[in-house]
Amino acid sequence: MKKTQRIDPLADLAPGSVCRIVSLELSGLLRRRILDLGIVPGTLIRCIRRGPSGDPTAYLVRETLIALRSEDAAQISVRTLLNGEECV
Amino acid sequence: MNLTAEQKRVLWEDRFGISLADGQIGIALAGNPNVGKSTIFNALTGLHQHTGNWPGKTVDNAQGAFLYEQKSFLLVDLPGTYSLLAHTVEEQIARDFLCFAYPDVTIVVLDATCLERNLNLALQVFEITPKVIVCLNLMDEAEKKRLMIDVPSLERELGVPVVATAARQGVGLTELKQKIVQVASGSLQTNPRQIVYSSEVEKAVKQLLPLVGSLANNTLPLRWLALRLLDGDRSFLESLSSYLGVDPCWEGLRCAQ
Amino acid sequence: MCAMTSPRSLSEVWSEAEVVRKSFPHSFSDQIVTDIYGNVEQITKQVLSKKESKRYIFDQRVDDVVTSKWFGYPLMLLLLVIVFWLTMTGANLPSRLLSSGLFAFQDQLTLWFQWIGAPAWVHGILVLGVYRTLAWVIAVMLPPMAIFFPLFTLLEDSGYLPRIAFNLDHIFKRSKACGKQSLTMCMGFGCNAAGVTSCRIIDSPRERLIAILTNNFVPCNGRFPTLIVISSIFIGGAFAAPYSGLVNALAITGLILLGIGATLLVSWLLSLTILKGEPSSLVLELPSYRRPQIGAVIYRSIIDRTLFVLRRAIIITAPAGALIWVLGNIHMGQESMIAYLAHYLNPFGQLFGLDGFIVMAFILGIAANEIVLPILLMSYLSTGYLQDFASLDALRTVLVSNGWTWLTAINVLLFTLFHWPCSTTLLTTNKETGSKKWVLLSFALPTLTGLTVCFLLTQGARFLGLV
Repeated sequence: MKKTQRIDPLADLAPGSVCRIVSLELSGLLRRRILDLGIVPGTLIRCIRRGPSGDPTAYLVRETLIALRSEDAAQISVRTLLNGEECV
Repeated sequence: MNLTAEQKRVLWEDRFGISLADGQIGIALAGNPNVGKSTIFNALTGLHQHTGNWPGKTVDNAQGAFLYEQKSFLLVDLPGTYSLLAHTVEEQIARDFLCFAYPDVTIVVLDATCLERNLNLALQVFEITPKVIVCLNLMDEAEKKRLMIDVPSLERELGVPVVATAARQGVGLTELKQKIVQVASGSLQTNPRQIVYSSEVEKAVKQLLPLVGSLANNTLPLRWLALRLLDGDRSFLESLSSYLGVDPCWEGLRCAQ
Repeated sequence: MCAMTSPRSLSEVWSEAEVVRKSFPHSFSDQIVTDIYGNVEQITKQVLSKKESKRYIFDQRVDDVVTSKWFGYPLMLLLLVIVFWLTMTGANLPSRLLSSGLFAFQDQLTLWFQWIGAPAWVHGILVLGVYRTLAWVIAVMLPPMAIFFPLFTLLEDSGYLPRIAFNLDHIFKRSKACGKQSLTMCMGFGCNAAGVTSCRIIDSPRERLIAILTNNFVPCNGRFPTLIVISSIFIGGAFAAPYSGLVNALAITGLILLGIGATLLVSWLLSLTILKGEPSSLVLELPSYRRPQIGAVIYRSIIDRTLFVLRRAIIITAPAGALIWVLGNIHMGQESMIAYLAHYLNPFGQLFGLDGFIVMAFILGIAANEIVLPILLMSYLSTGYLQDFASLDALRTVLVSNGWTWLTAINVLLFTLFHWPCSTTLLTTNKETGSKKWVLLSFALPTLTGLTVCFLLTQGARFLGLV
């Protein structure tokens, strides 16, 4: 399993790429919402598509498609996987 | 549980605004949003429904009655929530009902197409109440997505009956009713799987557990109580203190001492 | 008091829990959720196996079109036009049949009243007032609702609606509001009171209030009949038969777009002033597309929505019908009360390109928007009861002979779109916000918008000598 060591914000992920959640910098209700949806450290998440104007972005996580705004996705740190061998 | 039928009737009426008829079995229906919970609710209760709001809240409350094998059941539709960790009013309502109303049976409806996110809620319910039935809904959709779920081993893993349904097609609803009767009567025993936390969390729980034990009567799930207090959940603290304040069994205990 | 002992010991435990929590190396709450998901993964590893599925690919393909840069917005617009076109053309025939059936029954009722020898005023209030108004409301409202609600439920069940919120979120974000507001607006097309209730799906209290206060900017089913009839006469009617239906649907769609524009503008202004704040977050689930169950769609849309809205309209319309008959039949000197009131309101109405009768109809229509047009026609004809108007030509004659121009028609359309919410919506707003202040604001916002727009248009047109 090859991995890059770089930590990026989730918002920078290009559609089609897969990554693993490292940490959440969000706060308050949104943080809890995101955690409850199963977006916890270690979770695999795949960027699926951007909205017609580039925002929000839809992510596939635990078999569910969830749309997040870029401001919020910027506060989620992820580590991009080099090869997509791990499917979400 | 040491509540008499009459105490329970009063409790449901006063705190939750729900009228439980004499001898009626109370069932809670929990689940994530959009899992077909209302389809199941409608399929079980038909037109015998009563809708309103939860007392003091702008959240819909639907109740419906049905008869099965000469027994009368009252089904209470809890708000659809992803969790019971009480970040929203809906979650507080669902949590308080499961914790303080002692439903005879709780049905947790799961979306078979996204099992993980739904099991998150199911495991949380298991911590509060043992008499649970898991209704694995949208099996037809899961099949279309070619997700294979081994229902017997899921049942083993969870320790509660698992009924696979496709409520929109009416599949599995008879089995669901049979299981409700069996779990309510006690002829089918449940032993829901308890969450194993990481060692730091378990250590903290162990520290607090004796204190919690001295605090509450034995009807409440102590371990779960400790976890909520450790979680620093203020809304739960409010619910708990109001519950402890009004519960007649509890008051009697204290005064006797 | 013995009840006092339990909170105290509880607070002791609480503070002890706090000590343990603070000694925890990181966030206790986060660790709990992470642990639960760890347990969940252990379970799913045992029971779940996945195979490559075409289902995801199907969803992806549909989303490729539905949320695409080029087709996303036009498709939404097209759907809007189609829904309204189907509603309007489909409702035509059943509306006519219902109206002739119900009005034929009225004659029967009159015969029965004569047979039992009821006094004229009883017959007047019950038959010419209550029954006739109800018949009109049912004939005009039921068919479009019975078409619109199933279509809407169909879109809802298919999984398309969340995509609308996905597509439009960035526009709402720019108005510092929530993308889910678009879903509450969709609901508002059916009924603004239901739309206000549906604002519960918005998490942020500020954004929920914005959605509640602006819901009335999208026209509900009670206002569509007025929009459709007026636009059919003055806009669609200007075109030859095969095109008039389409032109009409386009005109209504244009009005709705205007309403949506106003919603965004007002939301933005609210965010800059009394509901100051930055847009919060959006967590929107995009479910898989599902083939809707036709039976369930019909059941839910007819029982839950259509009959619910209709029943409410009937409850409000019945007393309003009686009141209108009484007002139309009590005379003050030469004029009926209705005419008297209308003359009194006329100077005010003229300022905005309306007239006294129109203003009065809207004021009485606070009971339910459905009755605005029937009241208007009744007072124009001052025969003391509602007319049944099967043909639009006859209607056009009535309106034009009462001084209507194209400007009056457009002002009525605009004022139908932008004026106070109906009584049910106001009550619902009060229930949802729990504050008279917000109810007042939800009344004032659309009203001021409507008055401003009509005033500017009318004065501008008069200044330029267009009328």
